[in-house]
Amino acid sequence: MTPALLAISSSTLVHLSPVDLVIIIFYFALVLAIGLYLKEQANTGEDFFMAGREMTAWVAGLAFLSANLGSLELMGWAGNSYKYGILAAHWYWIGAIPSMLFLALVMMPFYYVCKTHSVPGYLKLRFGSGAQVISSVSFAAMTVLMSGINMYAMAVVMKVVLGWNITFSIWVSAGTVAIYVALGGLRSAIFNEVLQFFLIWAGALLIPILGLIEAGGWTALKAKILQNLTEQHMANPGSYTHLWSTLGNFNANPMGINWVGIVFGLGAVIAMGYWTTDFLVVQRVLSAKDLRSAELAPIIGAAFKMMVPIIVILPGLLGLALLRDPHTGGLIHLVPANLAWSEAGQAQGLHGYDEVLPLMLARYCGPGLLGLGITALIAGFMSGMAGNVSAFTTVWTYDIYGALINKNASDESKVRMGRYITVIGVIISIGTAYWAAGQPSIMDYVQSLFSFFIAPLFGTVLLGMLWKRATPAGGWTGLLAGTLSSVGMYFWVKFDPNAVRYVALSMDAQDQAQNMFRALWCCSICIIVTVVVSLFTKPKPDSELKNVVYGLTPIPKTERVSMFHSPVFWGAVVFVIFIILQIIFW
Amino acid sequence: MKSGSHLSIWFFTGVCLGVMGALIFAQGIYETISPPVEKVVLSNLHANIWWGAVLLVLGLMFSLRFSPARERARAEGKS
Repeated sequence: MTPALLAISSSTLVHLSPVDLVIIIFYFALVLAIGLYLKEQANTGEDFFMAGREMTAWVAGLAFLSANLGSLELMGWAGNSYKYGILAAHWYWIGAIPSMLFLALVMMPFYYVCKTHSVPGYLKLRFGSGAQVISSVSFAAMTVLMSGINMYAMAVVMKVVLGWNITFSIWVSAGTVAIYVALGGLRSAIFNEVLQFFLIWAGALLIPILGLIEAGGWTALKAKILQNLTEQHMANPGSYTHLWSTLGNFNANPMGINWVGIVFGLGAVIAMGYWTTDFLVVQRVLSAKDLRSAELAPIIGAAFKMMVPIIVILPGLLGLALLRDPHTGGLIHLVPANLAWSEAGQAQGLHGYDEVLPLMLARYCGPGLLGLGITALIAGFMSGMAGNVSAFTTVWTYDIYGALINKNASDESKVRMGRYITVIGVIISIGTAYWAAGQPSIMDYVQSLFSFFIAPLFGTVLLGMLWKRATPAGGWTGLLAGTLSSVGMYFWVKFDPNAVRYVALSMDAQDQAQNMFRALWCCSICIIVTVVVSLFTKPKPDSELKNVVYGLTPIPKTERVSMFHSPVFWGAVVFVIFIILQIIFW
Repeated sequence: MKSGSHLSIWFFTGVCLGVMGALIFAQGIYETISPPVEKVVLSNLHANIWWGAVLLVLGLMFSLRFSPARERARAEGKS
């Protein structure tokens, strides 16, 4: 997609009515008002960067989920389900639920007891400054890249639905995020994330409801998809509506992946790495007011995460069934063809993948509802971007500025630095948005980033928490080896496509499958290097590992509560529902 | 995330949903009186009326339950 195409403003799918504009303007005014209102409550470092550590489980849990539920998530995964079918739901179920429960019940006590400000901060306590620097620099790079992708996702919505100029969309929304995060810090980001959580559901839920009514229900939808894909001569048309039954072979499903990649690459490495060590989400839970709230927050997030496929995966499947003319067999063009087009989509006889959600929005939503739907996507963009920016600000201030540049920085100067760096982070993100525009499918690109930075980090943190013999030298060399090996495999395949057979074990492996296997390999390399180097270097004495390693950390006793207030009970309930969903959609 | 002296996030959420719900509901009523020329798919279901009403009711529930006056009274009751 070229910048020239993105800048098109003459052809528009819909025109906003006055009521749509009022809804959008009201939303912008409200988030700015929240930022201004909370400015007075963000005077200390603890207030600005950790929201005073006084959030309830519900607020922390919804913010935890909402920070991940950006417009990138909405559009990218709707696009991925349009491309890969229901297989995309794995990223919401096995790719989220077990790891969120693991964070809640196993890892959260460590983070909470050691009172760290960030995940790199934990690595400093455990492995020293080497691992902290590698982790914080790579994390900072990832967050600004992710913010840029969120901006691009936002610009695509505005381009397809409204024909708005990309620069206008980016600067207005980015400016708003910069203002409310710089004013109120993490507390402001969390407040807005909770608000955005409700708006996203309010704006996006109508599409699957109306779509299922039009399709005639779930069974009729599956039949329609099968019919359409068969008529298009697509390989394995039945695999688009099955979650597990086609994962026995690489070539039996549209993603070119097998169950090993999904279970181990996605479930055990990417998901565990993201949900337990990505500071963007962990920071929300660290703001909880006590340990029980910190344990309950990810469980509440997991319960809602299981339902997100309704508003994300289902619209993609509806697109496969309903965006094709039953009489001519061709695509229904709701917009000028060049506005919802991508080369990869055309090769499959489909619209551009990432445009499917805006297309469905335009199909069902008239004045008022369209404004709400657009607001939901803007809200998603803002929550995703604010999450990245607030995490970037904290890591920069504590783990780069405070650790390397000004070790004696006062609390006041850290807050001041936090406000400045928020604005700078947003500006850098704007630059990366234009880079993201060149990627064929947004989520493939995001998963590449995760495999670079998150997968090896998970290996380092896990060994750090569970194995007291891991040494500082082992920690930072393992992390570095894992990250470099992931980047190396990525470019190996880029320059020699035949290398896919080694990296992803099959020439059928599509981008997502490659990401999963690359994550699996680089995490394994990280663990092996950490273990080997640790066995040849001197470990820290036990006295220095108190509160950071399992077995040397006294977990504080939480108050006795009834079964219905117990994190373990609710964790078990969520896990049982997760299993049932796998069986239903097998 | 609330106290007697601070507005609750749930109050902000209620105001937001309530205002948007009222606007969408009103637009739905207007469209039944004066139907638009260009119609979306399934416009005969009048989604803006019932969806706007749902949001309005939810918004009112949140706004009233977590209104500043109630929060202040609750905080004073605790102290």
